[in-house]
Amino acid sequence: MLLLAKCISLSTFHVIELYFSYDYFKWVFRQSTWLALILISIGGCSAPSNVENAIEEKILHFGLGSEPQYLDPHLASSVSAHNVITALIEGLVSEDPKTLKPLPGVAEKWDISKDGRVYTFYLRKNAKWSNGDPVTANDFVYSYRRILNPYLASQYASMLHGLKNARKYHEGGRILSFEILDPGNSYSSGSKVSLTGSGTGFLGQLETDASGSITNIQILEAGKNYSSYQSIEIFDENGTEAKIRPIMGNLSWDEAEVGATAIDNHTLQLTLENPMPYFLELLNHYSWFPAHPPTIEKFDAFEKQGTPWTRPGNYVGNGPFILSEHKVNSVIEVKKNPNYWDAETVSLEAIRFYPIESADTEERAFRSGFLHLTQTVSSDRIDFLKQKHPELIHFEPYLGTYFYRFNLEEPPFDDVRVRLAFNLATDRQAIVEKVTKGGQVPARCFTPPGTGGFSPESRFRFDPQKAKTLIQDYLDDKGLKSLPKIELKYNTSEGHKKVAEALQGMWKTHLGADIQLLNMEWKVFLSTIEKRDFALARAGWIGDYVDANTFLHMWRTGDGHNNTGWSNKRYDDLLEMAAKESNPARRFSYFEECEKLLSEHAPILPIYFYVHVTLRSPTVKGWHPTLLDHHPYKYVRLETPGSNN
Amino acid sequence: MIKFILARILQAIPTLFVIATLTFFMTRLAPGGPFDAEKNIPEEIKEKLEAHFGLEKPLHEQYFLYLGNLLQGDLGPSFKYMGWEVSELIAKAFPVSAQLGLFSLIIALVLGLPAGVIAALRKNSAYDYCLMTTAMLGICLPTFVLGPLLILFFSSWLGWLPPLGWYSFADMILPSLTLGLFYGAYIARLTRAGMLETLNQDYIRTARAKGASPIRVVLRHAIKGGLLPVVTFLGPAFAGLISGSFIIESIFFIPGLGRFFVTAAFNRDYTMVLGTVLFYACLIIILNLVVDMIQASLDPKSRDR
Repeated sequence: MLLLAKCISLSTFHVIELYFSYDYFKWVFRQSTWLALILISIGGCSAPSNVENAIEEKILHFGLGSEPQYLDPHLASSVSAHNVITALIEGLVSEDPKTLKPLPGVAEKWDISKDGRVYTFYLRKNAKWSNGDPVTANDFVYSYRRILNPYLASQYASMLHGLKNARKYHEGGRILSFEILDPGNSYSSGSKVSLTGSGTGFLGQLETDASGSITNIQILEAGKNYSSYQSIEIFDENGTEAKIRPIMGNLSWDEAEVGATAIDNHTLQLTLENPMPYFLELLNHYSWFPAHPPTIEKFDAFEKQGTPWTRPGNYVGNGPFILSEHKVNSVIEVKKNPNYWDAETVSLEAIRFYPIESADTEERAFRSGFLHLTQTVSSDRIDFLKQKHPELIHFEPYLGTYFYRFNLEEPPFDDVRVRLAFNLATDRQAIVEKVTKGGQVPARCFTPPGTGGFSPESRFRFDPQKAKTLIQDYLDDKGLKSLPKIELKYNTSEGHKKVAEALQGMWKTHLGADIQLLNMEWKVFLSTIEKRDFALARAGWIGDYVDANTFLHMWRTGDGHNNTGWSNKRYDDLLEMAAKESNPARRFSYFEECEKLLSEHAPILPIYFYVHVTLRSPTVKGWHPTLLDHHPYKYVRLETPGSNN
Repeated sequence: MIKFILARILQAIPTLFVIATLTFFMTRLAPGGPFDAEKNIPEEIKEKLEAHFGLEKPLHEQYFLYLGNLLQGDLGPSFKYMGWEVSELIAKAFPVSAQLGLFSLIIALVLGLPAGVIAALRKNSAYDYCLMTTAMLGICLPTFVLGPLLILFFSSWLGWLPPLGWYSFADMILPSLTLGLFYGAYIARLTRAGMLETLNQDYIRTARAKGASPIRVVLRHAIKGGLLPVVTFLGPAFAGLISGSFIIESIFFIPGLGRFFVTAAFNRDYTMVLGTVLFYACLIIILNLVVDMIQASLDPKSRDR
């Protein structure tokens, strides 16, 4: 200790000696002090407001997790974007803060036709944009036209496909004419013609003149969407070479007759393709939100992505808040909108969103009073926080399923017995109790129970004995001694690794399976899944709206998210029937049968249902656990703890 | 001297060209693209999206387009931060990283240089061992361990300094210290080595023999030579420091260039990756030139080269 003290005092002496006796160091020192002073003044001196001042200032400090890609409601595609956009824009309906049931929003009331296909919304006269313009029915029609415009290429446009003819308008794909590339060639009249491209479909019949030159192609399924087909194959006795190219065109909004009409300035009529019992809830997805037409036109953003209309100063919304500041990767601030029709209800003066990616940093921010709520909690910290701060950590059900995909073209998973055996040898209870430990619920079906009132039966059971018999059966059949080595792919993350290791152990014990774990960087993993270059792979699915359809839909034949190679005619038909069914009980019975088919064919291995774990200050009131993690900000208040919620 | 600088700038052009080319093709060859997500989008829409950003064209065509824009100083729009230009984002993030880097460098020099000089002068003494062990610890302790440790001590326990953010001067202390200690440790060891080598030179003995005071020997004569390895190290280190540190910026939630760069790579934000790489390359080239010039002024031997 003495030595250390001596060392420090001596070195201090030397430091001083060095600085003040040599010109070079004096210069450096002077320059750096000067520089430091300038930099400090540049750096700004505003101290961060903390949770203690917040009650008086009425500012909510919100951990956003990641920087939203875009604040354009028609182009947004992330949870963080949702969290900001819902402060800035309000849809036709709004949400009950506890149940998420639809409440009046821009529409003060609505009528639903008897067949459940026609919705008439009566817009309130005092609904205004943040610049004072009234919100009209035409603004909504304009917005639907924008998001469905194929040239905007919105990722969430398919959310609007429930509108009558919306899909036809969005996907276009009408064949305008044909370009004949070999006018000299001769074909026989009446030959069948089909289109090739990303799929193959039967199209029509050739009409030729006497010399065998093509005069016309008769399209047999004119209403179909052909946009993914690029060339034509001709099946006649001469062969199948592609010598004709279709010229594609898109329908105009009027030609398509999309079911969205502004009857007058304040009456909007939406006509649906099929009755959708969850339609009003769906309207709270940002893809259905309106955008201010003059602003979109001003920035030429109608069919252009990435224009700066979403910056503070440019952004015009109709929600309870206005965008006031946006520093990328630092902060997004929204301030109370005095033009909002229900501004009286809004208690907060401002919300500050911080895109803090690191869960550990977010927790430190929370604990130092920088944040009111965090986006997540690092799984290593859950135990500690549960013990020390049970009043701050919250476990809330979240509409999502954590599961694995089998590749049905990859042996041994081409055999249903193996897929069933893996399912039966999975102890889901142990995974949630010993591995994830965040209050997750074991998934014994695919749709989270209670989704829109639908609770499927628990069919994915744990039965290692039966699993063994099935595997033995399979091995005997194939004349194998043991299962081949199987690769399990997952995207790099501590959490996924722990689950994968636990399952690796279970399957080794119960099935004698030799599983190799392979982690991959996120984008590499995504492209691997899309190419179906896996045998067994991790996956997760978060519902877009509270209805079983958002989960079961993805296992249809050829769905972009299926990626297992599973295809079942009955399953497809059941979903088709459910889509047309307005009787809830019958609809649920179709879904139930879908779940049953999933459990019998087992193209997937459900593991657990997600839980949203967050830290939340007790000063935040009017914040309730909801399945979609939606929290309408206009009801959120900041109060000293102890007062009634 | 001017000829030398001009020659170096001319040499930089092919270097930058090669870096741009390699980075362009490496980012494109990496699996996955900017529009891949867990909820993937229908093929037709993806095609249209790619067409929107010119990604549907053949790769060589995209490459020449990019180079053409680059020559006009246009780095293109970011894919991840839509509505923002890459050059705009760099212009906003760089000053933050530069501030952090400068503070860290000042801390590193203030701590590292005297420590190295003292250790060299008192070779094999208790000071030497003490200082060099600390320096070794500083080098071995990664910033992602040191940062949270400093936060725990100064912020959670003592409550003196904020644990994150980049708003006031107080916010800058902990991150600068974390980075500065790491670089300071390097500098201390390099200074010690450089000083030891110079202190054994003949001209030092001459100076001593002529009766110069020990302080004068060190400060007038030895330090110039002793600092040479440090200066060589400082060029790239400085470039590294001011172009941002992903780890420090993530731990302390600082909106600097390091976070932009790494997240851009994760997101396959092609234009942002290219923009930051080229910016970083320019920085290194300029700083290396500056280092060479400083070296020339410190070491007469290298002036002729």
